[in-house]
Amino acid sequence: MIYEVFRQERKGQAFQHAGSIEAPDERFAEWYAREQYGRRGESTAVAREHVLPIEEFVDELNRNYHRVDGYPLKEKLKEARERAGTSKERAD
Amino acid sequence: MAREDEFLEYVQSGGQVEVDDWMPDEYRARLRKFIEMHGNSELMGVLPEREWILRAPTLQRKLALTAKVQDEVGHAQLIYRVVEDLGKPREQCLDDLISGKSKFHNVFHYPTKTWGDVGVIAWLVDAAAIISQKALLKCSYAPYARIMKKICWEESFHILHGRDVILTLMLGTDDQRELVQEALNRWWGPLMQFHGNPIPADEDPMVVWRIKSQGNDEARQQFLDGYVPQIWELGLTVPDPELRKDEESGRWLYTEPDWDELMHVVTGHGPRTADRLDLRRQARENSAWVRQVLLAA
Amino acid sequence: MVSPVLRRVSERAQLLLEIADDELILGWRDSEWTGIAPFLEEDVAFSSIAQNEIGHARALYELAARDLGTTADELAFDRSPEEYRCSALVELRLPEWERTIARHVLYEQADAERLERLKTSGDEELAGLAAKIDREEIYHRLHAEMWAERLKDEPRYQAALEELRPLVERRNGGSTELTELWEEMTSVRRSQPAGTTW
Repeated sequence: MIYEVFRQERKGQAFQHAGSIEAPDERFAEWYAREQYGRRGESTAVAREHVLPIEEFVDELNRNYHRVDGYPLKEKLKEARERAGTSKERAD
Repeated sequence: MAREDEFLEYVQSGGQVEVDDWMPDEYRARLRKFIEMHGNSELMGVLPEREWILRAPTLQRKLALTAKVQDEVGHAQLIYRVVEDLGKPREQCLDDLISGKSKFHNVFHYPTKTWGDVGVIAWLVDAAAIISQKALLKCSYAPYARIMKKICWEESFHILHGRDVILTLMLGTDDQRELVQEALNRWWGPLMQFHGNPIPADEDPMVVWRIKSQGNDEARQQFLDGYVPQIWELGLTVPDPELRKDEESGRWLYTEPDWDELMHVVTGHGPRTADRLDLRRQARENSAWVRQVLLAA
Repeated sequence: MVSPVLRRVSERAQLLLEIADDELILGWRDSEWTGIAPFLEEDVAFSSIAQNEIGHARALYELAARDLGTTADELAFDRSPEEYRCSALVELRLPEWERTIARHVLYEQADAERLERLKTSGDEELAGLAAKIDREEIYHRLHAEMWAERLKDEPRYQAALEELRPLVERRNGGSTELTELWEEMTSVRRSQPAGTTW
Protein backbone atom coordinates (compact mmCIF):
# COMPACT_ATOMS: atom_id res chain seq x y z
CA MET A 1 0.00 0.00 0.00
CA ILE A 2 1.20 3.50 -0.75
CA TYR A 3 1.22 6.10 1.97
CA GLU A 4 1.70 9.78 1.27
CA VAL A 5 3.98 11.59 3.68
CA PHE A 6 3.65 15.23 4.68
CA ARG A 7 6.22 17.28 6.51
CA GLN A 8 6.03 20.41 8.56
CA GLU A 9 9.31 22.31 8.22
CA ARG A 10 8.68 24.55 11.20
CA LYS A 11 5.89 24.90 13.73
CA GLY A 12 3.09 27.05 12.41
CA GLN A 13 3.90 26.26 8.79
CA ALA A 14 1.61 24.23 6.60
CA PHE A 15 2.32 20.55 6.11
CA GLN A 16 3.89 19.94 2.72
CA HIS A 17 3.91 16.77 0.71
CA ALA A 18 7.34 15.24 1.11
CA GLY A 19 6.95 12.00 -0.81
CA SER A 20 5.50 8.55 -0.46
CA ILE A 21 6.45 5.15 0.89
CA GLU A 22 5.31 1.62 0.43
CA ALA A 23 4.27 -0.41 3.49
CA PRO A 24 2.05 -3.41 4.31
CA ASP A 25 0.06 -1.54 6.95
CA GLU A 26 -0.14 1.55 9.15
CA ARG A 27 2.23 0.25 11.74
CA PHE A 28 4.94 -0.37 9.17
CA ALA A 29 4.10 2.87 7.38
CA GLU A 30 4.60 4.92 10.51
CA TRP A 31 7.90 3.24 11.25
CA TYR A 32 9.19 3.62 7.70
CA ALA A 33 8.01 7.20 7.32
CA ARG A 34 9.92 8.20 10.40
CA GLU A 35 13.07 6.68 8.89
CA GLN A 36 12.63 8.20 5.47
CA TYR A 37 11.28 11.61 6.33
CA GLY A 38 11.70 12.09 10.06
CA ARG A 39 15.47 12.09 10.28
CA ARG A 40 17.57 15.13 10.98
CA GLY A 41 14.90 17.03 12.83
CA GLU A 42 12.04 17.05 10.33
CA SER A 43 8.57 16.30 11.58
CA THR A 44 6.18 14.21 9.54
CA ALA A 45 2.73 12.80 9.24
CA VAL A 46 1.50 9.93 7.11
CA ALA A 47 -1.76 10.16 5.26
CA ARG A 48 -3.57 8.25 2.67
CA GLU A 49 -6.89 7.30 4.08
CA HIS A 50 -5.50 7.91 7.56
CA VAL A 51 -3.43 10.56 9.25
CA LEU A 52 -1.00 9.40 11.89
CA PRO A 53 1.08 11.79 13.97
CA ILE A 54 4.78 10.85 13.94
CA GLU A 55 7.05 11.81 16.79
CA GLU A 56 10.35 13.43 15.98
CA PHE A 57 13.27 11.15 15.43
CA VAL A 58 15.08 10.59 18.69
CA ASP A 59 18.72 11.56 18.62
CA GLU A 60 19.98 11.12 22.13
CA LEU A 61 23.60 10.64 21.27
CA ASN A 62 24.44 13.55 19.00
CA ARG A 63 24.69 12.27 15.47
CA ASN A 64 27.08 14.93 14.25
CA TYR A 65 28.77 12.28 12.12
CA HIS A 66 25.69 12.57 9.99
CA ARG A 67 25.65 16.33 9.64
CA VAL A 68 27.81 18.90 7.98
CA ASP A 69 28.78 20.34 11.37
CA GLY A 70 30.36 17.02 12.25
CA TYR A 71 33.19 17.62 9.79
CA PRO A 72 35.44 20.49 10.82
CA LEU A 73 38.00 20.04 8.08
CA LYS A 74 39.66 23.44 8.07
CA GLU A 75 42.56 22.46 10.30
CA LYS A 76 43.22 19.15 8.60
CA LEU A 77 43.08 20.76 5.16
CA LYS A 78 45.51 23.48 6.21
CA GLU A 79 47.91 20.90 7.56
CA ALA A 80 47.61 18.70 4.51
CA ARG A 81 48.31 21.61 2.19
CA GLU A 82 51.35 22.54 4.23
CA ARG A 83 52.62 19.00 4.11
CA ALA A 84 52.17 18.87 0.33
CA GLY A 85 53.75 22.30 -0.08
CA THR A 86 50.71 23.69 -1.76
CA SER A 87 49.44 26.14 0.83
CA LYS A 88 48.89 29.72 -0.34
CA GLU A 89 48.43 32.91 1.63
CA ARG A 90 44.80 33.02 2.64
CA ALA A 91 42.99 36.12 3.70
CA ASP A 92 40.74 34.27 6.17
CA MET B 1 3.04 16.44 -34.06
CA ALA B 2 1.84 19.89 -33.11
CA ARG B 3 1.15 18.80 -29.56
CA GLU B 4 4.67 17.42 -29.22
CA ASP B 5 6.15 20.61 -30.61
CA GLU B 6 4.15 22.60 -28.10
CA PHE B 7 5.37 20.33 -25.32
CA LEU B 8 8.97 20.76 -26.43
CA GLU B 9 8.62 24.51 -26.46
CA TYR B 10 6.97 24.35 -23.07
CA VAL B 11 9.75 22.39 -21.38
CA GLN B 12 12.47 24.33 -23.15
CA SER B 13 11.13 27.55 -21.73
CA GLY B 14 11.19 26.11 -18.22
CA GLY B 15 7.76 24.53 -18.06
CA GLN B 16 7.24 21.88 -15.39
CA VAL B 17 5.51 18.58 -15.99
CA GLU B 18 3.55 16.72 -13.30
CA VAL B 19 2.70 13.03 -13.23
CA ASP B 20 -0.81 13.36 -14.66
CA ASP B 21 0.09 15.84 -17.40
CA TRP B 22 0.13 14.72 -21.00
CA MET B 23 3.65 13.95 -22.26
CA PRO B 24 4.98 12.59 -25.55
CA ASP B 25 5.66 8.86 -25.51
CA GLU B 26 9.31 9.44 -26.27
CA TYR B 27 9.68 11.85 -23.36
CA ARG B 28 8.00 9.45 -20.95
CA ALA B 29 10.05 6.49 -22.14
CA ARG B 30 13.41 8.26 -21.97
CA LEU B 31 12.56 9.87 -18.67
CA ARG B 32 11.52 6.63 -17.04
CA LYS B 33 14.59 4.77 -18.29
CA PHE B 34 16.86 7.54 -17.06
CA ILE B 35 15.28 7.70 -13.64
CA GLU B 36 15.23 3.92 -13.35
CA MET B 37 18.96 3.79 -14.07
CA HIS B 38 19.48 6.33 -11.31
CA GLY B 39 17.54 4.19 -8.86
CA ASN B 40 19.45 1.10 -9.90
CA SER B 41 22.72 2.95 -9.37
CA GLU B 42 21.88 4.07 -5.84
CA LEU B 43 21.01 0.50 -4.99
CA MET B 44 24.03 -1.12 -6.59
CA GLY B 45 26.30 1.54 -5.08
CA VAL B 46 25.52 0.16 -1.68
CA LEU B 47 27.06 -3.24 -2.34
CA PRO B 48 30.70 -2.20 -2.73
CA GLU B 49 30.38 -0.04 0.36
CA ARG B 50 28.78 -2.57 2.69
CA GLU B 51 31.98 -4.58 3.03
CA TRP B 52 33.68 -1.51 4.39
CA ILE B 53 31.09 -0.73 7.01
CA LEU B 54 32.15 -3.99 8.52
CA ARG B 55 35.85 -3.20 8.23
CA ALA B 56 35.71 0.49 9.15
CA PRO B 57 38.66 1.16 11.46
CA THR B 58 36.94 3.49 13.93
CA LEU B 59 33.48 3.79 15.43
CA GLN B 60 32.95 7.19 13.87
CA ARG B 61 33.80 5.86 10.39
CA LYS B 62 31.50 2.92 10.91
CA LEU B 63 28.68 5.25 11.85
CA ALA B 64 29.29 7.64 8.98
CA LEU B 65 29.41 4.81 6.43
CA THR B 66 26.26 3.19 7.76
CA ALA B 67 24.49 6.53 7.58
CA LYS B 68 25.76 7.15 4.05
CA VAL B 69 24.60 3.78 2.84
CA GLN B 70 21.25 4.23 4.55
CA ASP B 71 20.80 7.50 2.68
CA GLU B 72 21.58 5.77 -0.59
CA VAL B 73 19.01 3.04 -0.12
CA GLY B 74 16.54 5.70 0.93
CA HIS B 75 17.30 7.52 -2.30
CA ALA B 76 16.70 4.36 -4.28
CA GLN B 77 13.32 4.08 -2.59
CA LEU B 78 12.37 7.63 -3.47
CA ILE B 79 13.55 7.24 -7.03
CA TYR B 80 11.73 3.96 -7.66
CA ARG B 81 8.52 5.56 -6.37
CA VAL B 82 8.85 8.18 -9.08
CA VAL B 83 9.38 5.43 -11.66
CA GLU B 84 6.37 3.59 -10.30
CA ASP B 85 4.18 6.65 -10.72
CA LEU B 86 5.41 6.77 -14.33
CA GLY B 87 4.01 3.29 -14.81
CA LYS B 88 6.70 0.73 -13.93
CA PRO B 89 6.33 -1.04 -10.56
CA ARG B 90 9.33 -1.36 -8.29
CA GLU B 91 9.33 -5.16 -8.39
CA GLN B 92 9.66 -5.02 -12.15
CA CYS B 93 12.54 -2.56 -11.89
CA LEU B 94 14.28 -4.92 -9.49
CA ASP B 95 13.60 -7.90 -11.78
CA ASP B 96 15.11 -6.06 -14.75
CA LEU B 97 18.09 -4.97 -12.69
CA ILE B 98 18.85 -8.48 -11.55
CA SER B 99 18.35 -10.02 -14.99
CA GLY B 100 20.70 -7.47 -16.52
CA LYS B 101 17.99 -5.95 -18.68
CA SER B 102 18.39 -2.50 -17.19
CA LYS B 103 21.58 -0.62 -16.44
CA PHE B 104 23.39 1.13 -13.63
CA HIS B 105 26.33 3.53 -13.60
CA ASN B 106 29.79 2.28 -14.52
CA VAL B 107 31.44 3.07 -11.20
CA PHE B 108 29.41 0.46 -9.35
CA HIS B 109 30.72 -2.37 -11.48
CA TYR B 110 34.22 -2.05 -10.07
CA PRO B 111 35.76 -3.67 -6.98
CA THR B 112 36.62 -1.81 -3.79
CA LYS B 113 39.96 -3.20 -2.79
CA THR B 114 41.13 -1.11 0.16
CA TRP B 115 40.13 1.50 2.70
CA GLY B 116 41.64 3.98 0.26
CA ASP B 117 38.82 3.13 -2.15
CA VAL B 118 36.27 4.02 0.53
CA GLY B 119 37.73 7.51 0.78
CA VAL B 120 38.12 8.01 -2.97
CA ILE B 121 34.57 6.85 -3.64
CA ALA B 122 33.00 9.09 -1.01
CA TRP B 123 35.13 12.05 -2.08
CA LEU B 124 35.36 11.83 -5.85
CA VAL B 125 32.75 9.39 -7.12
CA ASP B 126 30.10 11.07 -4.99
CA ALA B 127 31.36 14.45 -6.19
CA ALA B 128 30.95 13.36 -9.81
CA ALA B 129 27.46 12.10 -8.96
CA ILE B 130 26.49 15.32 -7.23
CA ILE B 131 27.40 17.33 -10.29
CA SER B 132 25.02 15.20 -12.34
CA GLN B 133 22.41 15.41 -9.62
CA LYS B 134 22.57 19.18 -9.39
CA ALA B 135 21.92 19.28 -13.13
CA LEU B 136 18.66 17.46 -12.39
CA LEU B 137 17.35 20.00 -9.90
CA LYS B 138 15.79 21.87 -12.80
CA CYS B 139 14.41 18.75 -14.44
CA SER B 140 11.31 19.46 -16.46
CA TYR B 141 9.64 16.52 -14.75
CA ALA B 142 8.69 18.04 -11.40
CA PRO B 143 8.35 14.93 -9.20
CA TYR B 144 11.93 13.99 -10.06
CA ALA B 145 13.20 17.54 -9.52
CA ARG B 146 11.58 17.55 -6.09
CA ILE B 147 13.24 14.37 -4.85
CA MET B 148 16.56 15.57 -6.27
CA LYS B 149 16.41 18.44 -3.81
CA LYS B 150 16.31 16.05 -0.89
CA ILE B 151 18.94 13.79 -2.42
CA CYS B 152 21.40 16.63 -3.08
CA TRP B 153 21.00 17.90 0.46
CA GLU B 154 21.78 14.51 1.97
CA GLU B 155 24.76 13.99 -0.32
CA SER B 156 26.47 17.06 1.17
CA PHE B 157 27.68 15.14 4.18
CA HIS B 158 28.78 12.18 2.03
CA ILE B 159 31.38 14.28 0.27
CA LEU B 160 32.58 15.83 3.50
CA HIS B 161 32.89 12.38 5.01
CA GLY B 162 34.93 11.29 1.98
CA ARG B 163 37.18 14.27 2.21
CA ASP B 164 37.70 13.72 5.93
CA VAL B 165 38.71 10.10 5.34
CA ILE B 166 41.15 11.17 2.63
CA LEU B 167 42.65 14.05 4.60
CA THR B 168 43.16 11.83 7.62
CA LEU B 169 44.95 9.26 5.48
CA MET B 170 47.09 11.91 3.79
CA LEU B 171 48.16 13.17 7.21
CA GLY B 172 49.01 9.66 8.34
CA THR B 173 51.65 7.05 7.65
CA ASP B 174 53.37 6.49 4.30
CA ASP B 175 51.30 3.35 3.87
CA GLN B 176 48.11 5.30 4.42
CA ARG B 177 49.08 7.92 1.84
CA GLU B 178 49.93 5.15 -0.56
CA LEU B 179 46.44 3.68 -0.04
CA VAL B 180 44.93 6.90 -1.37
CA GLN B 181 47.23 7.26 -4.37
CA GLU B 182 46.81 3.64 -5.35
CA ALA B 183 43.03 3.85 -5.11
CA LEU B 184 43.00 7.08 -7.10
CA ASN B 185 45.08 5.42 -9.81
CA ARG B 186 42.48 2.69 -10.18
CA TRP B 187 39.43 4.94 -10.00
CA TRP B 188 40.54 7.70 -12.33
CA GLY B 189 39.54 5.88 -15.50
CA PRO B 190 35.97 5.09 -14.35
CA LEU B 191 35.65 8.63 -12.97
CA MET B 192 36.51 10.17 -16.33
CA GLN B 193 33.95 7.92 -18.00
CA PHE B 194 31.28 8.56 -15.41
CA HIS B 195 29.58 11.51 -17.04
CA GLY B 196 29.19 9.66 -20.32
CA ASN B 197 30.53 10.00 -23.80
CA PRO B 198 30.99 13.44 -25.35
CA ILE B 199 27.64 13.84 -27.11
CA PRO B 200 27.03 17.56 -27.78
CA ALA B 201 24.39 19.01 -25.48
CA ASP B 202 22.08 20.06 -28.31
CA GLU B 203 22.12 16.51 -29.68
CA ASP B 204 21.50 14.92 -26.27
CA PRO B 205 17.79 14.12 -25.96
CA MET B 206 18.10 14.39 -22.20
CA VAL B 207 19.13 18.03 -22.52
CA VAL B 208 16.73 18.79 -25.37
CA TRP B 209 13.80 17.60 -23.22
CA ARG B 210 15.26 19.52 -20.27
CA ILE B 211 15.53 16.36 -18.20
CA LYS B 212 19.18 17.21 -17.68
CA SER B 213 20.23 20.83 -17.72
CA GLN B 214 23.82 20.06 -18.65
CA GLY B 215 25.62 18.05 -21.31
CA ASN B 216 28.08 15.26 -20.51
CA ASP B 217 31.22 17.16 -21.38
CA GLU B 218 30.11 20.18 -19.39
CA ALA B 219 29.59 17.97 -16.35
CA ARG B 220 33.01 16.44 -16.78
CA GLN B 221 34.65 19.87 -17.06
CA GLN B 222 32.85 20.95 -13.91
CA PHE B 223 34.14 17.90 -12.10
CA LEU B 224 37.72 18.54 -13.20
CA ASP B 225 37.47 22.22 -12.31
CA GLY B 226 36.26 21.43 -8.85
CA TYR B 227 38.32 18.41 -7.94
CA VAL B 228 41.66 18.31 -9.74
CA PRO B 229 42.88 21.27 -7.69
CA GLN B 230 41.72 19.45 -4.54
CA ILE B 231 43.64 16.36 -5.63
CA TRP B 232 46.81 18.22 -6.50
CA GLU B 233 46.89 20.34 -3.35
CA LEU B 234 47.21 17.16 -1.30
CA GLY B 235 50.32 16.14 -3.22
CA LEU B 236 48.49 13.38 -5.06
CA THR B 237 49.03 12.73 -8.76
CA VAL B 238 46.41 12.00 -11.38
CA PRO B 239 47.40 9.04 -13.59
CA ASP B 240 46.95 10.99 -16.83
CA PRO B 241 50.06 12.75 -18.17
CA GLU B 242 47.87 14.78 -20.56
CA LEU B 243 45.72 16.32 -17.86
CA ARG B 244 46.06 20.09 -17.77
CA LYS B 245 43.94 23.17 -17.99
CA ASP B 246 44.26 25.13 -21.20
CA GLU B 247 44.65 28.70 -19.98
CA GLU B 248 43.17 30.27 -23.12
CA SER B 249 39.96 28.29 -23.39
CA GLY B 250 39.64 27.59 -19.67
CA ARG B 251 38.90 23.96 -20.53
CA TRP B 252 40.64 20.90 -19.18
CA LEU B 253 42.53 18.72 -21.64
CA TYR B 254 42.98 15.03 -20.98
CA THR B 255 43.56 11.66 -22.54
CA GLU B 256 40.33 10.61 -24.23
CA PRO B 257 38.59 8.09 -21.98
CA ASP B 258 38.00 4.59 -23.26
CA TRP B 259 34.38 4.77 -24.42
CA ASP B 260 34.39 1.14 -25.48
CA GLU B 261 35.26 0.16 -21.96
CA LEU B 262 32.38 2.24 -20.67
CA MET B 263 29.92 0.56 -23.03
CA HIS B 264 31.31 -2.84 -22.19
CA VAL B 265 30.96 -2.24 -18.45
CA VAL B 266 27.48 -0.72 -18.37
CA THR B 267 26.11 -3.50 -20.55
CA GLY B 268 26.87 -5.85 -17.70
CA HIS B 269 30.48 -6.88 -18.16
CA GLY B 270 32.22 -4.99 -15.40
CA PRO B 271 34.67 -6.81 -13.10
CA ARG B 272 32.15 -7.19 -10.31
CA THR B 273 28.84 -6.95 -12.19
CA ALA B 274 28.01 -10.63 -12.19
CA ASP B 275 28.66 -11.41 -8.58
CA ARG B 276 26.94 -8.29 -7.28
CA LEU B 277 23.83 -9.08 -9.30
CA ASP B 278 24.07 -12.68 -8.14
CA LEU B 279 24.15 -11.56 -4.53
CA ARG B 280 20.96 -9.55 -5.05
CA ARG B 281 19.32 -12.37 -6.96
CA GLN B 282 20.06 -14.90 -4.24
CA ALA B 283 18.88 -12.58 -1.50
CA ARG B 284 15.70 -11.82 -3.41
CA GLU B 285 14.90 -15.49 -3.97
CA ASN B 286 15.58 -16.38 -0.35
CA SER B 287 13.31 -13.64 0.92
CA ALA B 288 10.40 -14.17 -1.47
CA TRP B 289 8.43 -15.86 1.33
CA VAL B 290 8.74 -12.70 3.46
CA ARG B 291 7.10 -10.56 0.81
CA GLN B 292 4.37 -13.19 0.44
CA VAL B 293 3.64 -13.16 4.15
CA LEU B 294 3.31 -9.39 4.13
CA LEU B 295 0.97 -9.36 1.16
CA ALA B 296 -1.17 -12.10 2.66
CA ALA B 297 -2.39 -10.33 5.80
CA MET C 1 43.76 -8.04 47.86
CA VAL C 2 41.98 -5.68 45.45
CA SER C 3 40.53 -2.57 47.09
CA PRO C 4 36.72 -2.18 47.08
CA VAL C 5 37.01 1.00 44.97
CA LEU C 6 39.08 -0.71 42.27
CA ARG C 7 36.83 -3.73 42.29
CA ARG C 8 33.82 -1.45 41.83
CA VAL C 9 35.42 0.41 38.93
CA SER C 10 36.41 -2.80 37.31
CA GLU C 11 32.93 -4.31 37.76
CA ARG C 12 31.38 -1.26 36.21
CA ALA C 13 33.78 -1.40 33.30
CA GLN C 14 32.99 -5.08 32.83
CA LEU C 15 29.28 -4.35 32.72
CA LEU C 16 29.77 -1.48 30.30
CA LEU C 17 31.87 -3.69 28.06
CA GLU C 18 29.27 -6.43 28.12
CA ILE C 19 26.55 -4.11 26.84
CA ALA C 20 28.84 -2.24 24.47
CA ASP C 21 30.11 -5.48 22.95
CA ASP C 22 26.55 -6.71 22.50
CA GLU C 23 25.56 -3.51 20.71
CA LEU C 24 28.70 -3.37 18.57
CA ILE C 25 28.52 -6.96 17.39
CA LEU C 26 24.78 -6.84 16.87
CA GLY C 27 25.31 -3.62 14.92
CA TRP C 28 27.72 -5.53 12.70
CA ARG C 29 25.25 -8.34 12.13
CA ASP C 30 22.43 -5.91 11.40
CA SER C 31 24.67 -4.11 8.88
CA GLU C 32 25.03 -7.38 6.99
CA TRP C 33 21.52 -6.83 5.60
CA THR C 34 22.68 -3.74 3.75
CA GLY C 35 21.69 -4.05 0.12
CA ILE C 36 20.05 -7.45 0.53
CA ALA C 37 17.11 -7.08 2.91
CA PRO C 38 13.73 -8.50 1.75
CA PHE C 39 12.71 -5.04 0.58
CA LEU C 40 14.19 -1.58 0.49
CA GLU C 41 12.34 -0.22 3.49
CA GLU C 42 13.86 -2.95 5.63
CA ASP C 43 17.29 -2.19 4.21
CA VAL C 44 16.85 1.33 5.52
CA ALA C 45 15.35 0.04 8.77
CA PHE C 46 18.25 -2.24 9.60
CA SER C 47 20.78 0.42 8.63
CA SER C 48 19.08 2.78 11.02
CA ILE C 49 18.93 0.23 13.79
CA ALA C 50 22.58 -0.69 13.24
CA GLN C 51 23.55 2.96 13.45
CA ASN C 52 21.76 3.33 16.75
CA GLU C 53 23.43 0.21 18.08
CA ILE C 54 26.89 1.33 17.08
CA GLY C 55 26.13 4.74 18.54
CA HIS C 56 25.12 3.11 21.81
CA ALA C 57 28.26 1.01 21.76
CA ARG C 58 30.33 4.13 21.25
CA ALA C 59 28.76 5.95 24.19
CA LEU C 60 29.22 2.92 26.44
CA TYR C 61 32.81 2.37 25.35
CA GLU C 62 33.53 6.02 26.03
CA LEU C 63 32.34 5.67 29.60
CA ALA C 64 34.36 2.50 30.12
CA ALA C 65 37.37 4.05 28.42
CA ARG C 66 37.40 6.86 30.91
CA ASP C 67 37.35 4.39 33.79
CA LEU C 68 40.09 2.30 32.22
CA GLY C 69 42.30 5.09 30.90
CA THR C 70 41.98 4.26 27.21
CA THR C 71 39.83 5.25 24.21
CA ALA C 72 36.51 3.97 22.89
CA ASP C 73 38.05 2.83 19.60
CA GLU C 74 40.78 0.92 21.41
CA LEU C 75 38.19 -0.89 23.50
CA ALA C 76 36.00 -1.56 20.47
CA PHE C 77 38.71 -2.89 18.19
CA ASP C 78 42.02 -3.53 19.90
CA ARG C 79 41.08 -6.29 22.32
CA SER C 80 41.54 -9.91 21.36
CA PRO C 81 38.46 -12.03 20.53
CA GLU C 82 38.68 -13.83 23.89
CA GLU C 83 38.29 -10.54 25.71
CA TYR C 84 34.91 -9.63 24.23
CA ARG C 85 31.96 -10.06 26.56
CA CYS C 86 29.11 -10.19 24.09
CA SER C 87 26.29 -12.70 24.11
CA ALA C 88 26.46 -15.78 21.87
CA LEU C 89 23.15 -14.55 20.44
CA VAL C 90 24.70 -11.55 18.72
CA GLU C 91 27.80 -13.36 17.46
CA LEU C 92 25.95 -15.59 15.03
CA ARG C 93 25.73 -14.81 11.37
CA LEU C 94 22.03 -15.25 10.53
CA PRO C 95 21.41 -14.82 6.81
CA GLU C 96 17.81 -16.04 7.14
CA TRP C 97 15.18 -13.40 7.77
CA GLU C 98 13.19 -15.45 10.30
CA ARG C 99 16.28 -16.03 12.43
CA THR C 100 17.30 -12.38 12.19
CA ILE C 101 13.86 -11.28 13.37
CA ALA C 102 13.85 -13.91 16.11
CA ARG C 103 17.17 -12.58 17.35
CA HIS C 104 15.89 -9.02 17.08
CA VAL C 105 12.86 -9.88 19.22
CA LEU C 106 14.81 -11.83 21.82
CA TYR C 107 17.55 -9.26 22.08
CA GLU C 108 15.22 -6.30 22.43
CA GLN C 109 13.32 -8.04 25.25
CA ALA C 110 16.49 -8.87 27.15
CA ASP C 111 17.98 -5.46 26.49
CA ALA C 112 14.84 -3.69 27.71
CA GLU C 113 15.10 -5.53 31.02
CA ARG C 114 18.79 -4.74 31.27
CA LEU C 115 18.26 -1.07 30.57
CA GLU C 116 15.51 -0.93 33.19
CA ARG C 117 17.95 -2.32 35.77
CA LEU C 118 20.54 0.26 34.79
CA LYS C 119 18.08 3.13 34.96
CA THR C 120 17.33 2.26 38.56
CA SER C 121 20.87 1.25 39.48
CA GLY C 122 21.91 4.25 41.57
CA ASP C 123 24.89 4.88 39.28
CA GLU C 124 23.76 8.28 38.08
CA GLU C 125 25.94 8.52 35.01
CA LEU C 126 25.13 5.03 33.84
CA ALA C 127 21.43 5.52 34.61
CA GLY C 128 21.43 8.72 32.55
CA LEU C 129 23.04 7.03 29.56
CA ALA C 130 20.72 4.05 29.91
CA ALA C 131 17.73 6.39 29.78
CA LYS C 132 18.99 8.02 26.58
CA ILE C 133 19.66 4.67 24.97
CA ASP C 134 16.27 3.42 26.06
CA ARG C 135 14.53 6.31 24.32
CA GLU C 136 16.07 5.18 21.03
CA GLU C 137 15.46 1.52 21.75
CA ILE C 138 11.73 2.19 21.88
CA TYR C 139 11.78 2.29 18.10
CA HIS C 140 13.76 -0.95 17.88
CA ARG C 141 11.19 -2.63 20.09
CA LEU C 142 8.37 -1.28 17.94
CA HIS C 143 10.09 -2.66 14.87
CA ALA C 144 10.67 -6.06 16.44
CA GLU C 145 7.06 -6.21 17.64
CA MET C 146 5.56 -5.35 14.29
CA TRP C 147 7.57 -8.12 12.66
CA ALA C 148 6.84 -10.59 15.45
CA GLU C 149 3.15 -9.94 14.89
CA ARG C 150 3.48 -10.64 11.19
CA LEU C 151 5.60 -13.77 11.53
CA LYS C 152 4.00 -15.32 14.60
CA ASP C 153 2.22 -18.03 12.60
CA GLU C 154 5.29 -18.99 10.59
CA PRO C 155 6.73 -22.30 11.83
CA ARG C 156 10.25 -21.34 10.77
CA TYR C 157 10.04 -18.21 12.90
CA GLN C 158 8.84 -20.15 15.94
CA ALA C 159 11.64 -22.65 15.39
CA ALA C 160 14.17 -19.81 15.24
CA LEU C 161 12.92 -18.40 18.55
CA GLU C 162 13.38 -21.77 20.20
CA GLU C 163 16.79 -22.23 18.65
CA LEU C 164 18.11 -18.83 19.73
CA ARG C 165 16.51 -18.32 23.12
CA PRO C 166 19.16 -20.33 25.05
CA LEU C 167 21.90 -18.15 23.60
CA VAL C 168 20.76 -14.87 25.09
CA GLU C 169 22.64 -15.22 28.34
CA ARG C 170 25.51 -17.31 27.06
CA ARG C 171 28.69 -15.29 27.01
CA ASN C 172 31.87 -16.95 25.84
CA GLY C 173 34.41 -14.70 24.18
CA GLY C 174 36.56 -16.18 21.45
CA SER C 175 33.97 -18.33 19.67
CA THR C 176 34.69 -19.23 16.04
CA GLU C 177 31.98 -16.90 14.78
CA LEU C 178 33.28 -14.01 16.82
CA THR C 179 36.89 -14.66 15.86
CA GLU C 180 36.05 -14.63 12.14
CA LEU C 181 34.07 -11.45 12.58
CA TRP C 182 36.87 -9.90 14.59
CA GLU C 183 39.46 -10.73 11.92
CA GLU C 184 37.45 -8.89 9.31
CA MET C 185 36.40 -6.06 11.59
CA THR C 186 39.97 -5.26 12.58
CA SER C 187 41.81 -6.03 9.33
CA VAL C 188 42.22 -2.39 8.27
CA ARG C 189 43.12 -1.25 11.76
CA ARG C 190 45.71 -3.97 12.23
CA SER C 191 47.40 -3.06 8.94
CA GLN C 192 49.03 -0.07 10.63
CA PRO C 193 50.73 0.38 14.02
CA ALA C 194 48.59 0.90 17.12
CA GLY C 195 47.63 4.52 17.59
CA THR C 196 47.39 5.28 13.87
CA THR C 197 44.64 7.75 13.09
CA TRP C 198 41.98 6.70 10.58
